[in-house]
Amino acid sequence: MTARMDKRFADLKAEGRPALVTYFMGGDPDYETSLGIMKALPEAGSDVIELGMPFSDPMADGPAIQMAGQRALKGGQTLKKTLQLASDFRKTDDATPIVMMGYYNPIYVYGVEKFLDDALAAGIDGLIVVDLPPEMDDELCIPAIKKGINFIRLATPTTDEKRLPTVLRNTSGFVYYVSMTGITGSALPDPSLVSGAVKRIKQHTNLPVCVGFGVKTADHAKVIGSSADGVVVGTAIVNQVATSLTKDGKATADTVQAVATLVRGLSTGTRSARLVAAE
Amino acid sequence: MGKTRIIAETGAGQHGVASATVAARFGLPCVVYMGATDVERQAPNVFRMKLLGAEVKPVTAGHGTLKDAMNEALRDWVTNVDDTYYLIGTAAGPHPYPEMVRDFQAVIGTEAKQQMLEAEGRLPDLVVAAVGGGSNAIGIFHPFLDDEGVKIVGVEAGGKGLQGDEHCASITAGSPGVLHGNRTYLLQDGDGQIKEGHSISAGLDYPGIGPEHSYLNDIGRVEYVPIMDHEALDAFQTLTRLEGIIPALEPSHALAEVIKRAPKMGKDEIILMNLSGRGDKDIFTVGKILGMGE
Repeated sequence: MTARMDKRFADLKAEGRPALVTYFMGGDPDYETSLGIMKALPEAGSDVIELGMPFSDPMADGPAIQMAGQRALKGGQTLKKTLQLASDFRKTDDATPIVMMGYYNPIYVYGVEKFLDDALAAGIDGLIVVDLPPEMDDELCIPAIKKGINFIRLATPTTDEKRLPTVLRNTSGFVYYVSMTGITGSALPDPSLVSGAVKRIKQHTNLPVCVGFGVKTADHAKVIGSSADGVVVGTAIVNQVATSLTKDGKATADTVQAVATLVRGLSTGTRSARLVAAE
Repeated sequence: MGKTRIIAETGAGQHGVASATVAARFGLPCVVYMGATDVERQAPNVFRMKLLGAEVKPVTAGHGTLKDAMNEALRDWVTNVDDTYYLIGTAAGPHPYPEMVRDFQAVIGTEAKQQMLEAEGRLPDLVVAAVGGGSNAIGIFHPFLDDEGVKIVGVEAGGKGLQGDEHCASITAGSPGVLHGNRTYLLQDGDGQIKEGHSISAGLDYPGIGPEHSYLNDIGRVEYVPIMDHEALDAFQTLTRLEGIIPALEPSHALAEVIKRAPKMGKDEIILMNLSGRGDKDIFTVGKILGMGE
């Protein structure tokens, strides 16, 4: 769909390594700091950025991302400002794909058409909206695809053979395989189950399959990256932000660097993944 | 279905007690998510659930009320979906829950209709029920929806008034949005963030409303009106003193609306009101507010 997304995955395929997909919460703990984090991600080795849209009721997220969203909302973050983050980022980086991730209600209230126009103008490449199942594709998925924005769907271990084609039908950009049932921030699952699942999904689609939920360290990234086209890291990054903050939740001089250091390590893990796989 | 574990969310605790009861009867482990605020103000029901063997997990997110309990129950469910059945209590949540809850709750409406015909030989002129998520209300409304002569009124929690954020009148003072897998009227800000709301009664303290109620409002079949905390408190005391029945704070809202409307109706007109819960769970809350026993 968008040139940036397709080019990035094509380039990575040529390089023979999986993508490192990094999630952070827009506006956590304040606009300027999160813009600093966003700018630091590609330099630290992130290939695709997931930009979290804070929501008051994130029912698919664990405590870490819930709290990140609350910090962002407390810091005055809105959907408009999250789009602004992407615009500001695009002033210096027009190559890294940005996927906005969150819940439908803020978009619905913003207005779907207006949101898609503004997202396109801000340089957004894809959307992950966790509370819109395929049955609701007319709401946002189809309009997004018509405008040229990818709609990335989540598949889980409970997405069986019967359901998988429905989930994949209007998916574009990549498929996000949630490696376990549960919420964000859970433990890493058995790697052999993950590689089996990736193979299963690949029988149904030519899209890249990125795997997330549970990846926290460079070793995790290496293990997951050996069988997937991309490794998604979210909670570990959000936790890195959280531990760098002052007691009252303010950013410190270390906040951006703490994230960059973690991502550098994850990137090393991801980049070494295929060397292992090729052995 | 092969599920061996039950989870539920509860506000006032009535649904939690019901879930704990059925789990005890069938020997299934039961976890009930309940907002921390509600755990405190509905202590008798918490005690009942625990006696029945359920584990009550207080949820501290947000204001610690029904919305937050539902978020946490959904998180448990997606994590343990292999062995767990989520027994949703309110007429909200993702499809087909609102429909299932309505059909189960409609037992009360069907029986009320039958008894009314037996006792009075005709249908009531007015049906009234309190609406939080809206399960008791949709249950009593549903069998009367096609009876054109029956006026139907849903009573929302007006809290401390509709001007600020201290209420739960989703239809009267909210706007359309999407939460917990359904599109309905919600209390939210201009950015689509859900507000916490407030009601004196835990069962009505929910910033959304079952989607079927929103529909019934939009097509004009049911009228939704707010009743303030203090009006519900007055009705609570009135029924207790005049009839010797201690109602729960939730249906006290419906009763307050009945007290407003009855004097304007004919002597032979019939009002059917759903007294959807007993007030022994609320006596400590009410006693505190009225300054009794302190």
